[in-house]
Amino acid sequence: MKYLKELLSLVKRNIRDYGMYIALFVIMITFTVLTDGLFLSSRNISNLLDSAGYIAVLAVGVMLVIVIRHIDLSIGFLAGFLGAVAAILMVNYGMPIYVVIPIILFLGICAGSVTGFLVAKIGIPAFVATLAGWLIYRGAILLATEKTGTIIIDNETFNAIGNGYIPAIMEVAGLHFLSLILGGVLGILFYIYSAITNRHKKIKYNFEVVSKPIFVVQLAFMSVVIGYITWLLAGYNGFSWTVVIILAVVFIYHFITTKTVIGRHIYAVGSNPEAAHLTGISVSKITFLVFGSMGGMLSALSGILFTSRLQSATTTAGTLFELDAIAAAFVGGVSAHGGVGKVTGALIGAIVMATLTNGMNLMGVGIAPQYMIRGGVLALAVIFDVMTRRQRG
Amino acid sequence: MSDNILEMKQISKEFIGVKALSNVNFAVERGEIHCLVGENGAGKSTLMKVLSGVYPYGTYKGDIIVNGEILRFNKISDSVEVGIAIIYQELALFPHLSVYENIFVGNEIQYAGILEWNQTVSESEKMLKKVGLKVNPDTLIKDLGVGKQQLIEIAKALSKEVKLLILDEPTAALNENDSENLLELLKELKKQGITSIMISHKLKEVIAIADKATVLRDGETICTLEASKGEITEAAIIKNMVGREIEDIYPKRPNQEIGETILKLSNWTAFDPKLGRNVTKNVNLNVKRGEIVGISGLMGSGRTELALSMFGNARKYKITGDLELEGQPAKLQHPHEAIKAGIAYVTEDRKGNGLFLLQDIKNNISIGNLKEISSKGTVNINEEIVVADQYKDSLGIKNAQYSTISRKSEWW
Repeated sequence: MKYLKELLSLVKRNIRDYGMYIALFVIMITFTVLTDGLFLSSRNISNLLDSAGYIAVLAVGVMLVIVIRHIDLSIGFLAGFLGAVAAILMVNYGMPIYVVIPIILFLGICAGSVTGFLVAKIGIPAFVATLAGWLIYRGAILLATEKTGTIIIDNETFNAIGNGYIPAIMEVAGLHFLSLILGGVLGILFYIYSAITNRHKKIKYNFEVVSKPIFVVQLAFMSVVIGYITWLLAGYNGFSWTVVIILAVVFIYHFITTKTVIGRHIYAVGSNPEAAHLTGISVSKITFLVFGSMGGMLSALSGILFTSRLQSATTTAGTLFELDAIAAAFVGGVSAHGGVGKVTGALIGAIVMATLTNGMNLMGVGIAPQYMIRGGVLALAVIFDVMTRRQRG
Repeated sequence: MSDNILEMKQISKEFIGVKALSNVNFAVERGEIHCLVGENGAGKSTLMKVLSGVYPYGTYKGDIIVNGEILRFNKISDSVEVGIAIIYQELALFPHLSVYENIFVGNEIQYAGILEWNQTVSESEKMLKKVGLKVNPDTLIKDLGVGKQQLIEIAKALSKEVKLLILDEPTAALNENDSENLLELLKELKKQGITSIMISHKLKEVIAIADKATVLRDGETICTLEASKGEITEAAIIKNMVGREIEDIYPKRPNQEIGETILKLSNWTAFDPKLGRNVTKNVNLNVKRGEIVGISGLMGSGRTELALSMFGNARKYKITGDLELEGQPAKLQHPHEAIKAGIAYVTEDRKGNGLFLLQDIKNNISIGNLKEISSKGTVNINEEIVVADQYKDSLGIKNAQYSTISRKSEWW
């Protein structure tokens, strides 16, 4: 009884954080029921995550831009344009992929830095500066693909990024072996190890921690979740490279935002730029950094993922990506007032939006109601956010 | 018997966990100038916000009685309708609009939704005459001084046929002349039958102008003093405001050793490119080790600007003159350089530009010096809690939820 109470109060206190996970869970269960289990099949989940990849990566970037009270509309066409550049470098100039990818990421940082410079140093409103970028990159992608039209990429390594899977090594009972090892064993062990060391550190400092039984329940629950996802994916082709990349991006950016000084400074700038300035934080440096390394570089990565997935660079690549990413970030709980938002939230937001598309496609829902339902979910997510915030006063 | 235009009975108002007003009684007679005095945080502004409908009916307890009738204001326009107008400390004018547009904003002269500009201008001229202000109604607000802006606010109130005018520290930003002008105007309006409530910190003004003065302390009514009985004196007001005899208003000064000059400003002039004028001019200042140096002046006189210009030139003024720290010439280009040099700045507007309201207390305490609790750019959050706890104890920060911070579960 005592533990149940503790669990309930824990959930109640963190309802805002858990809300998205619960929503995602409910949506997934609903689709699973409506499609007679087809939705939760290994193949479909694997597909879903791969199709969400480029938006998830963009959403993480734009989420951070929104946290510091700006917006970036240029990321969509920037992603498309850099994807086209990657294709041209490989196809027309025969450059090896190991050179192309760093070049593209670097170009992304440069493009983002230009936006950052305009916003942070010159003081142009981000909406206008990035709208200009939106037009410029839209023109650039047309220019790049003008002569050839769609550029088909025949580099297998490059195409594997969006379509391939990590090697299996061997199969165990029809399951993808390396994925099982990575996710099922290493993933869970890493989670348990970090949770336990974290708890020990807190105990060493004499801080309150959740009671032992609840802690064990937490560990078991999370292990089951990780294990189940791994098992699902291992049942098809295992972890795709896209999933590996998403996990890496989320892990790195989650670490930066929650554990580092730079992360703290980002949230301080978003929460109150004036106060941040008087605290000795360089607001323009942070703005520069977020637009450059987060907005720009992640758009480049997103462009690589998308181009690789299509195995070609098209004239329309990147269209409306920015709005999908912004929607995902808001579903994931970022606040338009700045200072609030999580990397994990952006990921979940992107998965929620991809789940809706995927689930409704499976059910054969027409494209018109699909847009409306996704719009409704976006509105609902923000309403939930505003309401829970108000409750806390 | 007295003819009360307003009575507030047993007003209580609570903010989450904090009692702002408890059973406040407040009565204003028709045609008087009634001053509301009290220390910061005594509840004066809160009381006036209850009266004007900023806090709607239901969020407070007690009755508001206007002209003998219990009224329930759900929104600000409800109080405007019965002739109550409030002028806030921070003026609510639109700097880029003209005088006449500002006077009739929210109360536009219109026929079927079409604005009647000619009549607006001629009406606003009448209002300007009433407040004794000679300006062209076409003038933009931003081109007027604060004193004149204050008068525009009053003209705006008059255009709404105000019966009861509430002024929240109207003279805080005004110089001697403008203040006197304003007080004269209030007396003039009184003759025309307009009742005024004035919140003020300046006791001389209160003594000069008040028919009655109600003292609030810690959210409670202490007393109402009457001029006709000779009760409004500096001694009486202070005594009731602070709840002590006057002898110990200030704590005793300890004899402190004063050392050598630690900060020296000479011919310090700061030009604000945004405003296009100097915010400080030829300031000379000597601060010795161990001293407390007060910088006083009216609002807008450049106190804050002087502090900010010393604190790493936080507002990016163009500065001429010299700053010496501990005898060495110093050029501080950014607040972080000032912090490094050992200067700290506590802002006047803590909510506006001091604190990160969305973040917890621990983050607010540590943000200025995260380096101390980080290694290789990674913050040691446990160490952070320990440090925050130390400050919490040494500064007496009260917060019930604080201890729960460390408990927040980490599922990720």
